[in-house]
Amino acid sequence: MSGMATNLRVVRALGMRSIRQTFRRPQLMAPILVFPTLLLAVQTGGAGSAVDLPGFPPVQGFLQFMLAGAMMQSLMLAGNSGGIAFAVDIEMGFTDRLFAAPIPRFTIVLGRLAGTAALGLFSALWFLAIGLLFGAEIHSGVAGALIAVVLVTATAMAVGGIGAAIALRTGSASVVQGLFPLVLVVLFLSSAFFPLDLMIQPAKTIAEYNPFSFIAEGIRNPIIAEVDATDLLYALLAIAGIVVLSLVLSARALRHRLRVG
Amino acid sequence: MDRAAALPEWRANLATIAALMARAKNELLRVPGAAIPGVLAPTIFFLGLNGVFGALTQLNGFEVGAYESFVVPVSMLQGAGFTGAAAGVNLARDMEQGWVDRLLVSPAPRWVLLAGTVLSASARALIPATFVFAIALPLGAGWPGIDGLFVTYLMVAAMAAVAACWGSALALRFKSQSAAPLMQAGMMALVFTTTAYAPLALLQPWLRTVAEVNPVTEVIEAARQGFVGGVSWAGTWPGAVALLGLLVVLGAWALREMRRTAR
Repeated sequence: MSGMATNLRVVRALGMRSIRQTFRRPQLMAPILVFPTLLLAVQTGGAGSAVDLPGFPPVQGFLQFMLAGAMMQSLMLAGNSGGIAFAVDIEMGFTDRLFAAPIPRFTIVLGRLAGTAALGLFSALWFLAIGLLFGAEIHSGVAGALIAVVLVTATAMAVGGIGAAIALRTGSASVVQGLFPLVLVVLFLSSAFFPLDLMIQPAKTIAEYNPFSFIAEGIRNPIIAEVDATDLLYALLAIAGIVVLSLVLSARALRHRLRVG
Repeated sequence: MDRAAALPEWRANLATIAALMARAKNELLRVPGAAIPGVLAPTIFFLGLNGVFGALTQLNGFEVGAYESFVVPVSMLQGAGFTGAAAGVNLARDMEQGWVDRLLVSPAPRWVLLAGTVLSASARALIPATFVFAIALPLGAGWPGIDGLFVTYLMVAAMAAVAACWGSALALRFKSQSAAPLMQAGMMALVFTTTAYAPLALLQPWLRTVAEVNPVTEVIEAARQGFVGGVSWAGTWPGAVALLGLLVVLGAWALREMRRTAR
């Protein structure tokens, strides 16, 4: 078997383990599905009248607008949960055993990220299904839904890279878990939940420069309107930026982990 | 032993509750970092909801000047919900480590053991509430008056007790910290399926229906009254009755689970 095929098998096996781990532990699964679904429901029901505000973009309903926000929340928490699970593996010595195995070290991180990406894919499909079930239309049709799914999956993997880097660096599940509030801060300071033009200062100014705003708009655009190439491009650039950041951080953290054991 | 035996029963019970509360206080003092998520989460929600949904006050029917005033009691009660649920998580941890088994073989009545947990949560909930309130005032939330603040804090303390009963019942039922998401999600649902985001008339029909039957709507309205207008007995007693009802029901459930665990 070629080296590439072996690496792919390792990544697949570790990715599957990561997915099974998440589905077996409710404390890992709840933040990915339960909380974002709950928040989607109460925000749609509670702030649904916002669509009547002057300046609100034309949408079929607030649920249609909010789907992107729910997906963003879910994918970021998937990245955080992946980081927590990775840190637990480090604490329990499982990662040490993997380091001792005759496999490239990057496949260990990539396996975890494959699992996180799969959870991102699952969350995108989950929220699209919820949207359709409760009457939201995907304005750009199947192609638009596919764009949203791909963006969510890619962002989950990118964010998971940052979670994995922190897990490798600290080796502590509680430290990674402590980032949970930060996820909420990043989301609230983006246009994930409300149109940028209607946000209140200083949140509005911060959201204008927050890369997650570009990703949220990229995911939302095909759901509420025709596909806009500019929105899509900005979203892809923002994801690429997070991928580069997570690669640099992960590589450094991996070297650190191998040095300290 | 002799000294304890000489105590009248009610004093022994009070001493046990005080000891359990002192243990919770020591936990807080020795691991202050553990309290940070409970303080941060409602604060972030307050700042986030305000930054994101602040423009809702421009809607017809939203008769509150500042969204900060409207949402600050929600965040204070959310903090109480988180703190109470965290008491349930701590109880689950104590069960996993065998500490609860030792408590259950003691001669202390079950309700006393539960009261220690619940009252600790009530006292602890004042920390995130005060933190959120201190942040909200300079950001534009209205001063609720001494009477308004008193009512809000009363609601916060009682809400934390309700959440602690809920969390304890689940902890005793599942005997695992894995039930933590259920404890948190239950409280989150209870607090947010109310007039948390907007007045009743502006809610979507399904949420309006849920909010009308959700007893916590009355609690939020009672806690909010000082921030958005005047405090009155008519605005206070429905919230107090709702909390009392929730306390009786969830407290009875938690006590039943504790007795079942002891068997």
